[in-house]
Amino acid sequence: MRGIAKRYPGVVALDGVDLEVRRGEVHVLLGENGAGKSTLMKVLAGAVRRDAGEVRIDGEAVALGDPRAAQRAGVSIIYQEFNLVPHLSVADNLYLGREPRGAWPGLIDQKTMVRDASRQLAALGVSIDPQARVADLGVAEQQMVEVAKALSIDARILVMDEPTSALTEQEIERLFTVIRSLRARGVAVIYISHRMEELFQIGDRVTVMRDGRHVGTRVLADCTMDELVRLMVGRALTEQFPARTARQGEEALRVEGLCRRGVLHDISFSLRRGEVVGLAGLMGSGRTELARAIFGADPIDAGRIWLRGRAVTIRSPRQAIREGLGFLTEDRKRQGLVLCRDIEENTSLAHLDRFTRAGVLSPRRAAETAGRLTTELRVKTPGLGQRVVNLSGGNQQKVVLAKWLCREADVLIFDEPTRGIDVGAKAEIYQLIQRLAGEGRAILMISSELPEILGLSDRILVMHRGHLAGEFRGGEVTPEQLLHCALGSPPAP
Amino acid sequence: MTLPRFLVANARQAGTVAVFLVLCLVLSVLTPHFLTTSNLLNVAQQTVINAVIAVGLTYVILSGGIDLSVGSVLALAGVVLALALQAGWPVPLAIGACLVVGAACGTVNGLLVAFGRLPPFIATLGLMSVARGGALLVTDGRPVSGFDASFRWLATGEVLGIPVPVWCMLAVYGVAHFVLKRTKFGRYVVAIGGNEEASLLSGVPVAACKVGIYALGGGLAAAASVLLTARLNSAQPIAGLSYELDAIAATVIGGTSLMGGQGSVFGTLVGALIMGVLRNGLNLLGVSSYVQQVVIGAVIIAAVLLDTVFKGSKR
Repeated sequence: MRGIAKRYPGVVALDGVDLEVRRGEVHVLLGENGAGKSTLMKVLAGAVRRDAGEVRIDGEAVALGDPRAAQRAGVSIIYQEFNLVPHLSVADNLYLGREPRGAWPGLIDQKTMVRDASRQLAALGVSIDPQARVADLGVAEQQMVEVAKALSIDARILVMDEPTSALTEQEIERLFTVIRSLRARGVAVIYISHRMEELFQIGDRVTVMRDGRHVGTRVLADCTMDELVRLMVGRALTEQFPARTARQGEEALRVEGLCRRGVLHDISFSLRRGEVVGLAGLMGSGRTELARAIFGADPIDAGRIWLRGRAVTIRSPRQAIREGLGFLTEDRKRQGLVLCRDIEENTSLAHLDRFTRAGVLSPRRAAETAGRLTTELRVKTPGLGQRVVNLSGGNQQKVVLAKWLCREADVLIFDEPTRGIDVGAKAEIYQLIQRLAGEGRAILMISSELPEILGLSDRILVMHRGHLAGEFRGGEVTPEQLLHCALGSPPAP
Repeated sequence: MTLPRFLVANARQAGTVAVFLVLCLVLSVLTPHFLTTSNLLNVAQQTVINAVIAVGLTYVILSGGIDLSVGSVLALAGVVLALALQAGWPVPLAIGACLVVGAACGTVNGLLVAFGRLPPFIATLGLMSVARGGALLVTDGRPVSGFDASFRWLATGEVLGIPVPVWCMLAVYGVAHFVLKRTKFGRYVVAIGGNEEASLLSGVPVAACKVGIYALGGGLAAAASVLLTARLNSAQPIAGLSYELDAIAATVIGGTSLMGGQGSVFGTLVGALIMGVLRNGLNLLGVSSYVQQVVIGAVIIAAVLLDTVFKGSKR
């Protein structure tokens, strides 16, 4: 792959990336969340159309216009979320869309299919009944079905995205045995994982990506974890972060012993007024889950929460909002906005009480407030009657922000506040966060962008697999230290 | 706001009104009987029942749900009303009981959807059968007929030259429009339909709203049963068969998205009028009722097709 580029409105996802993978090699793709690994792989799989660059397989330029074309070219990809039909059998899944024809068109030659399926599975050295229902299999077995499916189309290039995230140690070992045998058969395996220990066990070479760029390719045997972490973090903190001016006041939020089975383990921390606390961690480390638990969106199994020194029990977002919490969700389209409605309706949704007198809503007053906020946040729009679906990502995010500013929330939780928005809008949102802290609000900011965390936070919490793995003072920690902590690996001496 | 800008902002509604006007124009050319006061009042009278039910469905559909039980609920509420009247209850009390029965059926729907997590389609399909069975049970399958003139005034009376049912319909639409536009509940209805998850995370009491929405749907079906019973001077346990489909059609023709989140009460009124005028015009033209069904079905499909084409071109 050479010079691959992909831009979305407002964001450059891939900026001329090169990637060279050899036959019979396990090539690791490494990078922080949002570095562009997944997009690059989607280009390879034909799921995303590239804007520029070329892809050659065995020296031949290939178009990869759609997933079927990619399959024909010998590319197979196993996504983190499996693409299996749970209520069909293993054999049905292996040959979905390419069933061997029976006696009549439209009929399936079940016998041949089951026989071929068991041959495929046997080749992987796994014992799975081809006639078992996929839903009845364990995660590891489903993973093997995915691998078998990928290989049954004669894949020459196999992409695996975080294949071990749901597996036990033993299952991982089995998977690695299969991967090694694939390598021996000359298949090129592209392996994406955040688990550093694993990479050294299974990988031959590694390519590190950052901000949609290729930053280096190394032979794994010749490099250290520290070197890789440095490559991943790399950049100097060039982005402009506003100076911290907020003075910290009394405690605004305290969480003690928060647990949610299998997701959050004994989380305790506190926020002060005027303080920005960054919450770092890898995808799936439980950051969003923590925010949702505090906000009453998910039930908790144990733990207590204090707001302004008063113990509270929060069972629903409605209650959380009444208690003075605000939660800017990570996925603004799915969880933050009612896309088909206009700006005024979205900004006022969380606090219609303010505009209601004797049960009657005053659209005029709601519009005045929405107008004031959108001017203040510099939302670019022809008018408040504009449906938010028609706004750009940055402006949509500002509308969500406006929703939470409309109410005087004491504690604001921002989950990835700058995801998918352009640099200009980012800077504005950074300033806004500082201003809000300056007004005495407490802010918990979840972010996958280390510079953002380092540049804005007074204090930084790091999560790893549902635990709070570390706490640092802002300005006294290096990106490397944070990343080591988030990866769950001890920093180098 | 100037008129052209208003039309652009409400393109879908303007389109529905335009279709309605064109339809009226065509029919008045084709048959001299169409554009007479008595016929127009007749159309209005015939539209009333469907229009009132359709208001409830508009709320349900706006919230992203569906209610298939309204026809059966109408029958059950109707026979309760009739039995209460024959038992000598005062008219307001009997009507109250009828509305309570309708709202209670709707509440059951809402509880099943909001707390039982049943798909609205299934919950209301079940209640459709339960309510119909209930209506047949309490009447032993026989119609209940013959009421006092004071009750029948609801169908036969006129105020300022306009029949009482038409006034009732206009009142229902006025209130429904106001509630949708100017109350928290109304805002919540469209927000839930537009994005339930975002609404929940914005503190909208989603479950309570859903119960309210379905209760309203049942209550309005009961209100329609009052008007129907008064007009027929009889309550039938088999009344209201497939009325839910007419009401859904009126709502959809009126521009409310079956996905929820977008639509208007006013559009539904026009949708119901279009259906009423179409039936009436086809009758006047002597088109057989079989062909009428075909035409009305085609109109529903065309209306939704136009919507998807219109939305597709904006992307």
